[in-house]
Amino acid sequence: MFEKGGTKMSRKNKVRNFHQAKWDEPVIFELSNKGERGILFPEIEKEIEMDIGDGISNLPKNMVRKQPPNLPELSQMQVLKHYLRLSQQTLGADLNVDIGQGTCTMKYSPKINEKLATSSKFTELHPSQDETTVQGILEIIYKLDLFLREISGLDKFTFQPSGGSQAIFAIASIVHAHHEASGESEKRDEIITTMFSHPSDAAAPIVKGYKIINIYPNEDGLPAVEALEKAVSNRTAGLLITNPEDTGIFNPKIREFTRIVHEVGGVCGYDQANANGILGITRAKEAGFDLCFFNLHKTFSSPHGCGGPAAGALGVTEEFIKYLPTPLVEFDESKYFFNYDVPRSIGKVRAFYGVVPAILKAYSWIMSLGSKGLREVSEVAVLNNNYLLKKVLELRGASAPYAEGRHRIEQVRYSWDELYKETGVTTEDITCRMVDFGFHMWSSHHPFIVPQPFTLEPTESYSKAEIDEYIAGLKKVVEEAYENPEIVKTAPHRSVVHKIDVDSLDDPTRWAITWRAYLKKSKK
Amino acid sequence: MKKVGLIVNPIAGMGGKVGLKGTDGQAILAEAKRMGAEQVSPQRTVKALERLIPLKNAIELITYPQEMGEEVANQCGFNPKVIGSITQGMTSSDDTKQACKDLLKMKIDLLLFAGGDGTARDIYNSIGNEIVVLGIPTGVKMHSSVFAYNPLRAGDLAMIYLQGKVKELKEAEVMDVDEEAFRNGFVSAKLYGYLRVPFGRRYTQGLKAGSPPTEKYSQEAIAQKIIDDMENDCFYIIGPGTTTRTIMEKLNLDFTLLGVDLLYRKKLIEEDLNEKKLMEHIKGKKAKLVITPIGGQGFLFGRGNQQLSPNVIKEVGKDNIIVIATSHKINSLNGHPFLIDSGDTELDRLLGGYVIVITGYQESVVYRVIS
Ligand SMILES: Cc1ncc(COP(=O)(O)O)c(C=O)c1O
Repeated sequence: MFEKGGTKMSRKNKVRNFHQAKWDEPVIFELSNKGERGILFPEIEKEIEMDIGDGISNLPKNMVRKQPPNLPELSQMQVLKHYLRLSQQTLGADLNVDIGQGTCTMKYSPKINEKLATSSKFTELHPSQDETTVQGILEIIYKLDLFLREISGLDKFTFQPSGGSQAIFAIASIVHAHHEASGESEKRDEIITTMFSHPSDAAAPIVKGYKIINIYPNEDGLPAVEALEKAVSNRTAGLLITNPEDTGIFNPKIREFTRIVHEVGGVCGYDQANANGILGITRAKEAGFDLCFFNLHKTFSSPHGCGGPAAGALGVTEEFIKYLPTPLVEFDESKYFFNYDVPRSIGKVRAFYGVVPAILKAYSWIMSLGSKGLREVSEVAVLNNNYLLKKVLELRGASAPYAEGRHRIEQVRYSWDELYKETGVTTEDITCRMVDFGFHMWSSHHPFIVPQPFTLEPTESYSKAEIDEYIAGLKKVVEEAYENPEIVKTAPHRSVVHKIDVDSLDDPTRWAITWRAYLKKSKK
Repeated sequence: MKKVGLIVNPIAGMGGKVGLKGTDGQAILAEAKRMGAEQVSPQRTVKALERLIPLKNAIELITYPQEMGEEVANQCGFNPKVIGSITQGMTSSDDTKQACKDLLKMKIDLLLFAGGDGTARDIYNSIGNEIVVLGIPTGVKMHSSVFAYNPLRAGDLAMIYLQGKVKELKEAEVMDVDEEAFRNGFVSAKLYGYLRVPFGRRYTQGLKAGSPPTEKYSQEAIAQKIIDDMENDCFYIIGPGTTTRTIMEKLNLDFTLLGVDLLYRKKLIEEDLNEKKLMEHIKGKKAKLVITPIGGQGFLFGRGNQQLSPNVIKEVGKDNIIVIATSHKINSLNGHPFLIDSGDTELDRLLGGYVIVITGYQESVVYRVIS
């Protein structure tokens, strides 16, 4: 169905003749062989046993398992092969031009930062250690706080939330604590957000017990000031908003938004999870926000999602410091210390004080760039994005709904609706076919109000040559869609697994995310 | 083997090109032909049928002779079973109805029909809720939401439904305007009923990470919210629709799906009221009006709920209008604002702007309304 040999990639032909490895590898539980071991422990020596016991009988009874866990039994070599094979079956961030994962900010995370985070000086720290013995990492946490104060204009940061959504939950909790202090928390039970803000901006406050009012965009892709005016009332607890929104459009009236919400007594929270296009350019403070958060695992490198642990850096103005989760990391001019004395604190949103490896990597990343470098990151990210925008719009059947003819910030939500209407090829088909040329696919473009949505975010990391490669791949797929749509609709052809029935993903009776659930549901 | 029925209304859409608002009735058809109108319905049907070619050997296509289905089926390479008889070039709404009855007897799994609102009405009148249908939009008037967004989507949705990938059904509105009145510049759309169509949520919205709640579940959450917030000394006027019906079902009350019902203290005062009766009950009293947008185009007033006249709306007051809709229903408008055509321009202007729509127990959206 496709060119078997293909032509070699070259200056002229930028489409890669890619083929994914396929190992047909079973699930590790299926590889289990009873009695097989990775490590055989020697018998305990008498002398040692006399000194410290057998290592088990002195454990508290309730901590000793009655039965060993039902783990797969494999030798070291089998385990190694298994995971190497699986790794070859993925299109990881370090392998492919990962700009198809719009909203995820798939930038390059320099390996030196990984090295630092895996150094034994760091990995052998324990969160329960006395603060006098961990002054180094406390200094890093404190200084990263200072950096982010500068970047946002706000007055204090905590790194306790272990992700953006948890930071949003913390924001909702702080908003609640704030209104509780003035006896208004029961009356003020509504949080306002916008349709193109991240879905967690609505979801996390619901967990806190808030009602959500979601503002739909107008034709220009932006929420209207009049719509916000309709939404606010004396029941408004706060506003949680992303800007630029997931369309890549920056809301120039943001200052007016925060003013309107403040006027009715609400608190304004800024979702800056993805601030990649605005570092050193605009700040939360000047836009009138009381609270904000950054995803260190996006904007500040320390890799994203499954590529590395997350950290939501939550910042507040002076007025809200008293609600922050404890402990706060502070400095008394001679030493760094944990401050647990925050009487109005919302309490912990996570154990200890955050995902420290992500903090270390972000600190190192900022240090290596400096303030000029940070601004350049944003300028290049925006330039890359607008170059890509121009190139995508040259493709037949592509459009970028809303804000026509205007530049975008760091990403764009495109639409393949025209192509779909002319050829029957959907966004999903296109992303599946892109896999055949070595590009990772991504299918989340919530909310689905842009028809046949497609979100690209090139970040600052990719070179012009790589962006051109991506475009060449896209162009090829578009040509195929018009000339031979079947090849696109039946893609991927050169991936590990070809067409799968995705319907089961929507059917709780058929999906299983653990081996035990699989055994149960498949009645094995 | 799955059995698929196909009915093509060959003259649907002919009036559109020549500026006639619909093609119902022989006189108008003659007029359209005189003005040089050509058939558009068969070509558009082909677009949908082509999507089903991969299933050619897995389904049995049953259709009516010649231009009512046989020709397009053959053109797409199907080997249709042809039943019934027609007079070529002289088909009418009676043929559609007869075809429905004949196909119903054949125990088909899905009825694909090509046409407009008039055709949808004929189908509804002949088969009601008995079989799952899907409309290929080829007509002039398209107020009903039994139609897919375009013929391609109709084909794709039919395909995955027949493959068993879409199990959920939704009740979609069958609406029609009075063409005669429409041609005279006066719109009065009526809600005739509901047909069962495949619910293409997953399909139309692409692959999603999570599993969004079903339409039914969302409707129940909305209804519960309305019920929990009900005030004691206030009338509740419940407008037509399946979203509003859920309120009545949850309260265990009788209701009219297409009409307007009146509640007080969670008890039914009267079913299926007209404007006059409504006014008698609520005049000078506190009343709230619960409505949901009707039809594929998102009308709040003026289509399918004419009982809610300008007088009634004014009596209730703008602040007492509660709009409810599932997120799916709103998203399916593709960003187009809600529409109002109450018959009173001044009132329409007053109701324009932004409205809060309840979309879940804890959730609402702010959405634009224009007239
Ligand atoms: C704008 C925005 N806000 C919030 C989040 C949620 O962050 P996390 O995935 O770390 O919970 C994301 C990430 O997907 C995001 O892009």
